Amino acid sequence: MRLAHVFRDAYIATGLAIIIVFVVLALLADVIAPYSPVESVGAPLRPPSPEHIMGTDNLGRDIFSRVVYGSRIVLAIVALSIALSGFVGTLVGLVSGYLGGLLDRVLSFVMDSIYAFPSLILAIALSVALGPSPVNAAVAIAVVYVPTYFRMIRGQVLSVKNEGFIEQARVLGLPPSRIVVRHILPHVSRTMMVVFSMNSADAILTEAALSFIGLTVQPPTPDWGFDLYKGRGFVLDGKWWLMAYPGLCITLLALGFALVSEGVSRITGARLR
Amino acid sequence: MPGHVLEVEDLWVKYYTLSGVVHAVSGVSFKLRRGEMLAVVGESGSGKSTLAYALMNMVPKPGKIVRGRVLLGGTDLLTLTPEELRRVRGSRISIVFQDPFTTLDPLRRVVDQFTEFLMEHGLDKAAALRVAREYTEAVGLPGRVLESYPHQLSGGQKQRVAIAMAISLNPEVVIADEPTTALDVIVQKQIMDLIDDVRRKYKSSFILITHDLALALERADTVMVMYGGYVMEYADKSELVRDMRHPYTRALFESLPKLGQRGLPSFLPGYPPDLRNPPSGCVFHPRCPLAREKCRAELPQLAEVSKGHYVACHYAGVVG
Ligand SMILES: Nc1ncnc2c1ncn2[C@@H]1O[C@H](COP(=O)(O)OP(=O)(O)OP(=O)(O)O)[C@@H](O)[C@H]1O
Ligand code: SF4
Ligand SMILES: [Mg+2]
Repeated sequence: MRLAHVFRDAYIATGLAIIIVFVVLALLADVIAPYSPVESVGAPLRPPSPEHIMGTDNLGRDIFSRVVYGSRIVLAIVALSIALSGFVGTLVGLVSGYLGGLLDRVLSFVMDSIYAFPSLILAIALSVALGPSPVNAAVAIAVVYVPTYFRMIRGQVLSVKNEGFIEQARVLGLPPSRIVVRHILPHVSRTMMVVFSMNSADAILTEAALSFIGLTVQPPTPDWGFDLYKGRGFVLDGKWWLMAYPGLCITLLALGFALVSEGVSRITGARLR
Repeated sequence: MPGHVLEVEDLWVKYYTLSGVVHAVSGVSFKLRRGEMLAVVGESGSGKSTLAYALMNMVPKPGKIVRGRVLLGGTDLLTLTPEELRRVRGSRISIVFQDPFTTLDPLRRVVDQFTEFLMEHGLDKAAALRVAREYTEAVGLPGRVLESYPHQLSGGQKQRVAIAMAISLNPEVVIADEPTTALDVIVQKQIMDLIDDVRRKYKSSFILITHDLALALERADTVMVMYGGYVMEYADKSELVRDMRHPYTRALFESLPKLGQRGLPSFLPGYPPDLRNPPSGCVFHPRCPLAREKCRAELPQLAEVSKGHYVACHYAGVVG
């Protein structure tokens, strides 16, 4: 599977385009947002207008600016959590699968226990236990996804481990660390990619849920999930724009990741669920 | 001991499986001179590969070396730490496997795999490249093979690469476990010729593992016949041809197709023993045409019947 191949896939291209738009928003928030996201810059609860294209919230803050800045938190948490879970899950899966024995049995048991837990409840429980903060939320989400990597990577390692070239590497006196990194890891990279894209689509929704119940940032920091939560009291009065825009962003970003995930599993031919 | 690069003493290997203990290698001893080629001959399941792994001290689970010594230049490989062993493997003792189609990592170029191995044993990048080139040429491969990915090579070429790697650090002992079985007939001969060549050129000692007595008699200096994990007979090739003593060796020999012979060669009736439950006394007795009461009761010891010629049979002196 070559890189050009990857970008030619319509699902992946569309998904990536969506994600890139949000990444650009996050990186250039200072330039793109017309107002400060945390200060009152107009009359409260105004519908979308030329000055405030997404309207204002109950404290007179510009919703468009909050949405733009809010992308930073979401993306940072999701990026950190998938990097963490990918790194830890892959590493532990490689070591456990290659070494086998008691260590492998214990790790498999621990990972299976985590995996068996409903993921959202586990993320919330961990997040509560660690205390609300973006980093803690990322760690909580990471813990939830580590077992997916572990199981997939370990399974791959078990089959690659019996290949002749691994035995050959051992009789040539290569150390285990090198065998794992140079001879096994490259053979599981495809699996890693599939799990990676699949988990990020999930992670974004888990992040939104944690935000929604206030486990990521403290007000007044802009955050889609939490803004969604705060906007819910105004919808019945016809003030739809408080919820609509943060909600739309979450949906769009989740769709972007889901499209990439779908595309990756299509071109690798690997369906993981 | 001067003159011997490898001394194996009373080696026992067992596999502790869920369905019982497999007595795979039982009390094997031999010595290997510098430059010698020893052929280990036996049917499938006679413990040849297990012996090969044991010589590298890497018997796979659930196998265990339960007794014995493997002295390589005086060092007992069975007492080394994993780190010390790692340094010995590939540099002082190496092995060429049966199936060349799987021994190279399909994702990486030959040169990267070759130099990685050499550098792991202390060569710097430039030296590693030089050695890789030298030995690729020594095994009769064009230089471009180094730049290739494994799928671009034929089975014979891959086996040559495996041999080049196995000999490139000038190990005292090279084990070749059925190195030609997976190849077609013409390539088989070429690979065996190559092994003969490099053996002469680099004066390395070879242990050729094969089920083919004819090949052993054609290529080796010394022949060790194994059956059911035990050594049945061990002798110089010329001595063995002149005075084949053990009934099993004879049976193997009789079963070879011979020039000018009419009809089918005779073959040995019965099956190899189940090593979970080996026969009492002599492991060969259920199939031995000469078996008597003593054979069922008593294990024959390997005894020297003439200088350098060892046989494990109660009636080795009688037959012939
Ligand atoms: N990993 C293992 N676990 C259990 N038993 C094993 C294992 N490997 C080999 N054995 C058993 O040990 C005995 C010797 O096997 P080995 O592979 O050494 O024989 P071999 O002479 O190399 O045979 P072949 O000619 O088929 O390669 C056999 O009975 C085999 O079934
Ligand atoms: S000891 Fe007995 S059974 Fe064994 S090979 Fe000799 S004659 Fe045959
Ligand atoms: Mg074998």
